[in-house]
Amino acid sequence: MDVLLILIDWFPYLLSGIATTLGLVLSALGLGLLLGLPMALGQVYGSRPVRWVIGIYVWFFRGLPILVLLFLFWFGIFPMLGLGALPAFAVGAVVLGLRGAAYQSQIFRGAVQSIGEGQMIAARSLGMSRLTAIRSVILPQAMRIALPGWSNEYPNILTDSAVCYAIGVAELLTITSRMVTQTHITMPIYLAAAGIFIILNYGGLKVLHGLEKRIAIPGFGSGAV
Amino acid sequence: MNNDIVLRVEDIHKSFGDNEVLRGVSFDVRRGETKVFIGPSGTGKSTLLRCINQLTPPDRGRVWLDGEEVTNSGARINYFRQKIGMVFQNFFLFDHLTALKNVELALLKVRGMGKAEAREKALNELRQVGMEDWADHYPAELSGGQAQRVSIARALAMDPDVILFDEPTSALDPELTREVLEVMKKLAGEGMTMLVVTHEMGFACSVANEVLFMENGVVAEQGTPDQLLHDPQYTRMKDFIGRIDSRLGD
Ligand SMILES: Nc1ncnc2c1ncn2[C@@H]1O[C@H](COP(=O)(O)OP(=O)(O)O)[C@@H](O)[C@H]1O
Ligand SMILES: [Mg+2]
Repeated sequence: MDVLLILIDWFPYLLSGIATTLGLVLSALGLGLLLGLPMALGQVYGSRPVRWVIGIYVWFFRGLPILVLLFLFWFGIFPMLGLGALPAFAVGAVVLGLRGAAYQSQIFRGAVQSIGEGQMIAARSLGMSRLTAIRSVILPQAMRIALPGWSNEYPNILTDSAVCYAIGVAELLTITSRMVTQTHITMPIYLAAAGIFIILNYGGLKVLHGLEKRIAIPGFGSGAV
Repeated sequence: MNNDIVLRVEDIHKSFGDNEVLRGVSFDVRRGETKVFIGPSGTGKSTLLRCINQLTPPDRGRVWLDGEEVTNSGARINYFRQKIGMVFQNFFLFDHLTALKNVELALLKVRGMGKAEAREKALNELRQVGMEDWADHYPAELSGGQAQRVSIARALAMDPDVILFDEPTSALDPELTREVLEVMKKLAGEGMTMLVVTHEMGFACSVANEVLFMENGVVAEQGTPDQLLHDPQYTRMKDFIGRIDSRLGD
């Protein structure tokens, strides 16, 4: 009963934590998409140096523990770039996004590579430039093929976002930890945090699966092929 | 058929590594003419067609369309490719688009045509190939013959000067082969200029103005269907046709 009252009492605060977590996740997913997609195209269609640079990037961001990356940027890289004043939220979102881009690029790369070369050949034979062909033929197909795999990035980033606790972003874990410190109620509050993560996880996946259905094309992509 | 030359192919050479695939192929195509290419597989027929529209740039030799050089044309190649349609053995329809949108796409993105106009033209091309009732179906919902007819409509939509067909019926059952050949026959009758790689000798004999027999990267023999049927000098071509006929007879 006490716990419930405390949760209700802290509810607006809790909500702000949820909003911050979702903010981290959505900005990171967005940034990851913005960078990951061109990186995938660069890896498939780019020159050797371009592919090499992207390869290094992917290797770097997938090779380090997320917490190490976060500290590296928070204490090192951003201050060195004169961006030491950047708020923790921005740093967290950017690091999650840069790391997400590495993973997303590989999802999109696989999708682009799975498209038969005939699609590009047919597009070029009609007089489309390479860029037009990529935009009008390759990408719309690749996005559909990638979406199921891409959807998994949402729970990944959602769960990863809790590391931003370490640099003091007021996201869900940070908020609940403060509640624990002040109320000395531990288990129920962390259980509440866990419950909220699970709900966010489930809800987001629901939305994404709905989207998969909406853009499905008969005999194409995740379905029959 | 008038006599002006719409496509000139001049001494085309192409190697892949040390595999010398085309070793000097030349011919002229007059407007409205249908040329059929036959020959064993691996002799460079597909490579030849791709050298014409520069999907595979030739090592040597030149291609001219309507008096303009297609080879070494830089970015203008995208203009020439509109004027040189291509139809593939495996159709290569855009899998994420309906039949109508397949035909519309290049009108919108390459020609810069408005939506309404593109739609009307695309529907018209689908009508040409008897596919207007299937306009809203996706490639996966079409039979091979239907898909190939849509791909012909897609090429037609660019108002090409010539269409290259690379074994357009080789992936199809006899039944479906017939419906595609009929469309091609109709196009030939309407004066479309066509280069057709095929093993369909019936089509070659009834439609072609000239049959070219390719072997080892060169045109080994060429003549009218009548000549190749009745003139004893076309021995290699006859041998080859005998071989595909007996294979079909199995
Ligand atoms: N992109 C390519 N890279 C390497 N070799 C190729 C390529 N395209 C075709 N070839 C080779 O060129 C030869 C002729 O192929 P092709 O033009 O497809 O012949 P055809 O259409 O007469 O069967 C074959 O030996 C084939 O392996
Ligand atoms: Mg071939």
